[in-house]
Amino acid sequence: MNAHWGQRVAALLIAAFLLLFLVIPVVQVIFVAFQAPATGAFTLVNFQDFFNTSLFREAFWNSLYVAVMSVLVATLFAMPLAYFTTRFEFRGAIIVQTLGIIPLIMPPFVGAVAMQLLFGTNGSINLLLEEWFGINIPFMEGLNGVIFVESIHYFPFILINLSAALNNIDRAMEESAQNLGASGIRLFRRIVFPLAMPGYVAGASIVFLKVFDDLGTPLLLNVNTLLAPQAYLRISSIGITDPMGYVISVILVLFSLFAMWIAALALRGKDYGTEQRGGGGLAKRRMRPWEGILSYGVIGLILLLVLSPHIGLTLLSFGTIWSFSVLPDGYTITHYLEVFEQSPQFVTNTVLYASLAALIDVTIGTAIAYLALRTKIIGRKWLDYTAMAALAVPGVVLGIGYLRTFLGVHLPWSGEPLSNWWVMLVIALSVRRLPYALRACTAALQQLSVALEEAAENLGAGKLTTVRRIVVPLMVGGILAGFVTSFATAAVELSTTIMLVSRESDAPLAYGLYVFMQTAAGRGPGAALGIIAVVIVGVAAYLSHRVIERGHKARGLADEY
Amino acid sequence: MSNSRSLLRAVLLLSLAPALLGLPAQGHAADNKVVVVTSFPKDLTGKFKSEFEKRNPNVQVEILNKSTSSGLKYVQETAKNNTSDIFWASAPDAFEVLKGDGLLKKYTPKVTGIPEKVGAYPINDPDGYYIGFAAAGYGIMWNTRYIKAKNLKPAKEWMDLAKPEYHGHVGMSAPSRSGTTHLTVETLLQGEGWDKGWAQWKELAGNFKTVTERSFGVPDGVNSGDFGFGIVIDFFGLSSQATGFPVEFVYPTVTTLVPANVGILKNAPHPQAAEAFVEFLLSPEGQATLLDPKIRRLPVNPATYSKAPAGFPNPFKDKSIGAAVKFDVDLSKRRYNVVNSLFDVMVTYRLDDLKAAVRAIQDAEAAAARKPNNAKVAALIKEARGLVAATPVTEAQAADPKFSSIFKKRRRKKTDVVPQRQAEVEEQWDAFVTKNYAQARAKAEQALSLAR
Repeated sequence: MNAHWGQRVAALLIAAFLLLFLVIPVVQVIFVAFQAPATGAFTLVNFQDFFNTSLFREAFWNSLYVAVMSVLVATLFAMPLAYFTTRFEFRGAIIVQTLGIIPLIMPPFVGAVAMQLLFGTNGSINLLLEEWFGINIPFMEGLNGVIFVESIHYFPFILINLSAALNNIDRAMEESAQNLGASGIRLFRRIVFPLAMPGYVAGASIVFLKVFDDLGTPLLLNVNTLLAPQAYLRISSIGITDPMGYVISVILVLFSLFAMWIAALALRGKDYGTEQRGGGGLAKRRMRPWEGILSYGVIGLILLLVLSPHIGLTLLSFGTIWSFSVLPDGYTITHYLEVFEQSPQFVTNTVLYASLAALIDVTIGTAIAYLALRTKIIGRKWLDYTAMAALAVPGVVLGIGYLRTFLGVHLPWSGEPLSNWWVMLVIALSVRRLPYALRACTAALQQLSVALEEAAENLGAGKLTTVRRIVVPLMVGGILAGFVTSFATAAVELSTTIMLVSRESDAPLAYGLYVFMQTAAGRGPGAALGIIAVVIVGVAAYLSHRVIERGHKARGLADEY
Repeated sequence: MSNSRSLLRAVLLLSLAPALLGLPAQGHAADNKVVVVTSFPKDLTGKFKSEFEKRNPNVQVEILNKSTSSGLKYVQETAKNNTSDIFWASAPDAFEVLKGDGLLKKYTPKVTGIPEKVGAYPINDPDGYYIGFAAAGYGIMWNTRYIKAKNLKPAKEWMDLAKPEYHGHVGMSAPSRSGTTHLTVETLLQGEGWDKGWAQWKELAGNFKTVTERSFGVPDGVNSGDFGFGIVIDFFGLSSQATGFPVEFVYPTVTTLVPANVGILKNAPHPQAAEAFVEFLLSPEGQATLLDPKIRRLPVNPATYSKAPAGFPNPFKDKSIGAAVKFDVDLSKRRYNVVNSLFDVMVTYRLDDLKAAVRAIQDAEAAAARKPNNAKVAALIKEARGLVAATPVTEAQAADPKFSSIFKKRRRKKTDVVPQRQAEVEEQWDAFVTKNYAQARAKAEQALSLAR
């Protein structure tokens, strides 16, 4: 089968984008990993050093352990939330789904302070536990602390992707199974969950990779015997030029690709597509009263746990002084006033940058998913893998790479270096967050039966028309899931941002947060800025859920005619 | 279906609308501004910006706030096409790197009345590439609510913090993460000698709760009450107190006063404005700005102290601050990266092992104190202490330029050759310390069981 010319052009454009904004900048920085420190010649000796160093071997196993455990714990959080709110008549489903995305936005630094104040050795919970029972639970210590925080932080990836997948399952499948006598756990285990597998794998693989490559949480807990912090600490220390930081980055990228490949194998050879889209004309299942109470209880508890950092953050943003006590000493709104007075452009810049980045991400994500799953273009899998590799590239590496690559290029109208232009910040954000959108879009397309497209083409529609009128509208749930995750995480990105910001008027909110969190007095305003980020993302998530819901209703009506 | 698509479009547009209205304005490259890359907090930069602009109404100060390390990388990477005028930060090491890369411009300030040294540390770079404008010293801050709840006494000297009752209550940043922390480590090493200095640092670090990744993490942790004591630079402690946190700060006898610096970048696009900015920092008005309660740094002009509030430390008068150690700047420079790397290998990366060994020794000593005169126990404890204290590198080796080049050599020429790889050396050290810590712990546990 010959690829359509439009597909080839799309593939080339995406390849050029990835080459220019991901591969070239990153290679400009990490080539050091392949240089002999003594002579500068090409060598693999640094990789030999990596495997000879017991600290790095230990870090590798620690990272793997933390990543696997976090996926398991995150699944426990996400599964009930996703299942109850999508497959049953459930009041407040949109609210639950929206709140479930919030943990993804952990504003840098203030999020850490809020977590310590709640869960730390001398945080609110432990102060109460000590007073009541004389015990102290080390929530935030060591590897288990990392697992705890990572699962709270990243379970929304599973929630969002699993929900999108569950929403897409034809209700008739469940009904047939019920008619054949399946119910409860068995129905979920044998029918519903397997059909939602692409969504689950999409979410779980992001959680796995994200945790494996994550820097923020280990640094927050000062746990440094993991790979990503080892890379970061070595790259960002002053004056030392240790190639091992870059070697670790290369290893992170390679291992992430390997994990992606394993995840793809898990889904291979099975067909998840259904012709009928979720909801449909059939009513959602109803719960019996006791089932309802139980599931509200479970969901309430999970939400309380996963939102506690943000409850802490809210207290921090309204609190006066909060030190070694269960609650702040007093409350005030001056922190918010200070933020609005000093830096309103942070908010508008963030909304602009994060929406543009997320828009680029879903566009490219949809295109790559389509090329990888529906065409036979050579190298289609490599587009997918290359885009995913961005997940493993430390933000500081990408930032330095952009400066190296684009500083010499000048804008024709102002003569300024390209790297100083705010649009480059948007592109950097989109490259860093592309993996999230890409996995969501891929899962959405995997659930779509190719028969629908064939039918459209048999009826005379061209490739482009089919994509535009059939594929994209049916993928809209997944695309929005990708938009929300990319938007939410881009809104608080710091490590690349701080490298690229070249004037304060162009700076987004994360930069403002950083500036505030440099001083003791900045803690309150920093927290207020963090809450503003949370609200922005919350509103974006809520709106997109409304869109999905309306889509279902519209379709449900159409089917009844 | 087209319905949902148009809705999607509507939502995306809607979410963009407020942002599109607030498009970041493209600034004009004007001659009358000065671009400052800095790691200083807003409380400090904002005040200096407004004071400077008040006196120079035609010059606008553009502040670029970056952490020291990313600011440094930013300046290095943008050097080819430099758009910044000034680098303004605490850490002398960052300036040394810039100077080594040839990115700073020599400048001799016109202001008079500033002495050569503060404490035992020279204020300006002897080669004239960067200039000290304020001083700061290291000390101990503590959370008063925390120590009350845990029944602890305030610690006044470094080695007080090594006492068993402070186990798990202390926080510090790593010298490789913060140039000022580095100078604290180096000060003790110079004051006590290489071997004894390291032995003390490890005893002290055995009581750490954590080694924070950034230097501000320490006052942050003390302010929250996550740990009770922090080894911090003075203005972190003093400004936390000024903000209202229940904390106090003290200078131990052995401390070094370190200048905070400013340097003009080579090929600065606005050289005149840059010079004016540096002159302002050193002028009487600029120096007086340092006394602001939110800034609280020590001026380098002794005359400014006459305007200081009561109780403000004056290192030019009070010779006990920062004068106990004759600080050898050259020695410090020669072994700079070796000390950083050594601290990371021995403390930062192996903190849990170190803590376990030190705790075991403390337990054994407590038991031995109840039952004195057991020679075997005393010998075992001594052995355990020796194992913890042992350092894989001798003082002579650390200062050997050939050895230290492993850690900092940035190859500039094709002919530059480095003898060994950092990873190899660090692996040897790591094997050395992990084995020693494990043995020390075993010996201490043996001593404990004998003493019981």
